[in-house]
Amino acid sequence: MENYRDLPLELFEKAEVNLDEKEHIAKPSLTAFQDGWIRLKKNKAAVVSLFILILIFLFAVFGPIFSSYDYAKTDYHHTFQLPSREHIFGTDQFGRDQFARIWYGTRISLLIAFAAACLDIFVGVTYGAVSALAGGKVDAVMQRIIEILVGIPSLIIIILLMMVMPAGIGTIIIAMSITGWVNMARLVRAQILKLKSQEFVLAARILGTNSRKIILKHLIPNTMGVIVINTMFTIPSAIFTEAFLSFIGIGLSEPRASLGVLINNGYQVLHNFPHLLIYPAIVIVLIMVCFSILGDGLRDALDPRMRK
Amino acid sequence: MGKYILKRILYLFITLLIIITATFFLMKRLPGTPFDSERFSQMPPQQQKQLLEKYGLDQPVSVQYLKYLNNLIHGDLGVSFFYTGRTVKDVIFGRIWPSVLIGLQAVLLGLAVGLTLGIIAAWKHNSGIDYFTMILAVLGVSVPNFVVAALLQYYVGLKWGILPVAFWGTWAHSVLPSIALSFGATAMFARFIRTEMLDVLEQDYIITARAKGLNQFQVLMAHAVRNSIIPVVTILGPIVVNLLTGSLAVESIFSVPGIGSLFVESIKSNDYATIMGLTIFYSAFYILVVMIVDILYSVIDPRIRIQGNKDE
Repeated sequence: MENYRDLPLELFEKAEVNLDEKEHIAKPSLTAFQDGWIRLKKNKAAVVSLFILILIFLFAVFGPIFSSYDYAKTDYHHTFQLPSREHIFGTDQFGRDQFARIWYGTRISLLIAFAAACLDIFVGVTYGAVSALAGGKVDAVMQRIIEILVGIPSLIIIILLMMVMPAGIGTIIIAMSITGWVNMARLVRAQILKLKSQEFVLAARILGTNSRKIILKHLIPNTMGVIVINTMFTIPSAIFTEAFLSFIGIGLSEPRASLGVLINNGYQVLHNFPHLLIYPAIVIVLIMVCFSILGDGLRDALDPRMRK
Repeated sequence: MGKYILKRILYLFITLLIIITATFFLMKRLPGTPFDSERFSQMPPQQQKQLLEKYGLDQPVSVQYLKYLNNLIHGDLGVSFFYTGRTVKDVIFGRIWPSVLIGLQAVLLGLAVGLTLGIIAAWKHNSGIDYFTMILAVLGVSVPNFVVAALLQYYVGLKWGILPVAFWGTWAHSVLPSIALSFGATAMFARFIRTEMLDVLEQDYIITARAKGLNQFQVLMAHAVRNSIIPVVTILGPIVVNLLTGSLAVESIFSVPGIGSLFVESIKSNDYATIMGLTIFYSAFYILVVMIVDILYSVIDPRIRIQGNKDE
């Protein structure tokens, strides 16, 4: 190894400092979501889950249309058929085509879950944002209310509401949303409180940005990650709650189908015809597993603290 | 600390009062009477009046509410409409033990299996057992417990005939319901302790422990496991919710005469005194557990306490 001090000075050349080059951003600037998407794509399990979910979603939307059978049409000559070419998933005790019923049921279950998630987002984000932005006494009162609501075991309240209100899809959605938004409100409040005290918000304020713009351009976009991740966990839990309610007999009722109703139906005849329980069970498990993996993947991709 | 506990106890009572009030007025809005509607409408008016009087249903709702609150304070949950002549308290306590047994067994099983799997998974990170644990953890929170229960009943009970299919009698009857109920808890414990352990294993004091020449087992037991097991206390709240919810379906499936199946039965028979009693019972139990967990955690981990005080 040669000592650089021994080298003749002529060999050195002064580097040019280009002031414009110094500030040049080589990579195209990405929004938080593009950035997250790139990282999510590297997570194989999450991508596969997303793909399966899209597939199930498409089946739920178009499956009943393509099936030549109606989900509620009974056929007493062909009850309890095993899976065959005629009926891909067999038929139930009233001869209803199980293929049509499963996708119709998936559609209803997903509809309920998405509607409940939307209500949660709407109420939770509004409540959390108002609480964090108002601060002071308003925040204190709103937080006391939340602390009390958190203590209430939600399923018990949902069951009570289901009994009192007329049975139907709307009732399930409302019952689940009455307690469901609390978690979202807490997360959004915590996130906005954290953002509020950060330097970039202070910088925006010093530059004279008005409050409205700070909320719309800085606080809300930076809260989106938390909202999306939480929603990924709300949807499967809503699907589970609906299935649970239908299983214990206070959710939707025949001839309407949801995954819970189908599982309940299948359970009644499990002894002789296990396929009637197993197919809807597989669909619900697939949905739950995929949402769970996708939620984890999204959290890793969108949550900067997880970056390594 | 004393102030914190007092605050929590105050919240406990406010929450309970809200639940009781909500339950009471919701139940009042239920369609129909709690009595067998056909027989009730056939009764002569005088007998109807007598029956309503007996249960205090002829008085204005506000009076009934205050009376109910007053009775509650004295530990009286009212009289069951379905199990004639028995008080709700008797009905609940008559059926509580199967639920307690199954619940406890499920928690212990979940703790034993979940913690063992989670610890080994973290210790042998990215190995076969790690992947197995992760798959189990995802399945455990994704497969609804009534599906697990139904499948266990079908295969283990019916097809292979190893264990009793349903009903209650010997200890063997409690095995399948306990396993079905523990499934979710096992997954939650395993997943939680694995994440916690992976975090702890990266800490400097683990390197120190290794550097000073402790053998692998000592590092694992004395340093890694001891430090990662404390936060497990925090997930006891969600675990209790999981078990309470699960018990409703699992007990119904296995015909266990516990309070979970009692709740489902009383919903189906519109026995609203029992529904109210159980709602209050479940809520009180849940709130109490969450409170104890929070207090316990702040005792174990002083950092939580300091943060809590900063909040004030």
